[in-house]
Amino acid sequence: MTDFTLWDIVRNLLLAMRWTVALSLIAFAGGGLVGLALTVLRLSPAAWVRRLVALYIELFQGTPLLMQLFLAYFGVAALGVDISAWTAATIALVLFTSAFLCDIWHGCVRAIPVGQWQAARVLGLDRLRTLRHVVLPQALRIAIAPTVGFSVQVIKGTALASVIGFAELTRTGTMLNNATFQPFTIFAFVALGYFLLCYPLSLYARYLEKRLNVAGSR
Amino acid sequence: MSLVRVDALHKSFGNNEVLKGIDLSIEAGEVVSIIGRSGSGKSTLLRCLNQLESHDSGVIEINGRTLDATTMTPARLSEEVGMVFQNFNLFPHKTVGENVMLAPMVVRGERERDAARRARKELERVGLAEKFDAWPEQLSGGQQQRVAIARALALSPRVLLCDEITSALDPELVGDVLRVLEQLASEGMTLILVTHEMGFARDVGNRVVFMHQGRIHEQGDAKTLLSEPQTPELQQFISAVL
Repeated sequence: MTDFTLWDIVRNLLLAMRWTVALSLIAFAGGGLVGLALTVLRLSPAAWVRRLVALYIELFQGTPLLMQLFLAYFGVAALGVDISAWTAATIALVLFTSAFLCDIWHGCVRAIPVGQWQAARVLGLDRLRTLRHVVLPQALRIAIAPTVGFSVQVIKGTALASVIGFAELTRTGTMLNNATFQPFTIFAFVALGYFLLCYPLSLYARYLEKRLNVAGSR
Repeated sequence: MSLVRVDALHKSFGNNEVLKGIDLSIEAGEVVSIIGRSGSGKSTLLRCLNQLESHDSGVIEINGRTLDATTMTPARLSEEVGMVFQNFNLFPHKTVGENVMLAPMVVRGERERDAARRARKELERVGLAEKFDAWPEQLSGGQQQRVAIARALALSPRVLLCDEITSALDPELVGDVLRVLEQLASEGMTLILVTHEMGFARDVGNRVVFMHQGRIHEQGDAKTLLSEPQTPELQQFISAVL
């Protein structure tokens, strides 16, 4: 057995943390884009489009992220498509994130009084212009705090990518433990890693929420 | 030719028939007050005139064009009909000036400089030129409603629809808004108001339309109708509100 110093462990975990951060950022950015598109679709005048988006959200919210990862990795591979753990994890997390963000943002859009839509409409703005100039800018303000809050869930969700072999923070911790048999030390550091990523975001979300409540309607 | 022509208009919400065949013509420059109990269909009629509600059957023509959701885009409709709401509905994330400038810039493609000049002119018209950079929440209800009027006027509509626009105001602020309407009327603007302001309907309005149970029950010259109502329903209504 090779000897690992404490610094070796920390250094390897820090290096692995980059992948956790990268996966989180991509999941969040990609999920944000898909989620925004879904939010707009969910406001469509066509009922079947709205139902389809609602079904999508129900599917991703109603099944464990772990199963979504298995499907994206083992399931897709079983179909004969060669897919890397990185790609599978990215796809699964983007879809998962988009469903939750769409739900959050849809709630924020619905919180904008219907009078705003009507006022824009009688001024000649069509649906998309109303969204862009009137509804979304107002919805965005109330969406920021819950969105930042949800980003914490995304970061913690990336830990599940370890089970399909993606070497992010958790997976690296498992591998180090297999080599050193120091589970308490290692997983404490892994947990600390997540905490250092998540806690500032939680604080920031709380700060934003408080500021929003003070700032009133503007 | 009438500016607004409504013919056999029907509208139901589920099983509830709200408009049971409305015929109405309004000439350019007329000031028409629609009165009636709540639930008589007066607001629905007003909202059909700019398609905030779609009608089930019948014809609405404005300036010779038939209103039809498939052919009349919001942009096109806004050239004919403007509307002011009971609750102002100013955009809270935009300043007063931006509220007035938004539609001319976004819908008409006006340049910012031109839209700003026009916005200042319209705000001056409603007596709020100095509020150009203020936020809606900093204004009183009466001021917000006057901004809403300026915002509608910036699109130069032929008809301005007013849906109980003084009902949400404190009594001392009602006068300011009514004075703006009176001035618009004197400038020849066509106004269709759903209102409870009987004094305004009598003194400034040309015509009063009394709605009852989804129909136009009685209509005519404002002063005559309000002083000598013919039907018992209107007599009852007038004695109830005065």
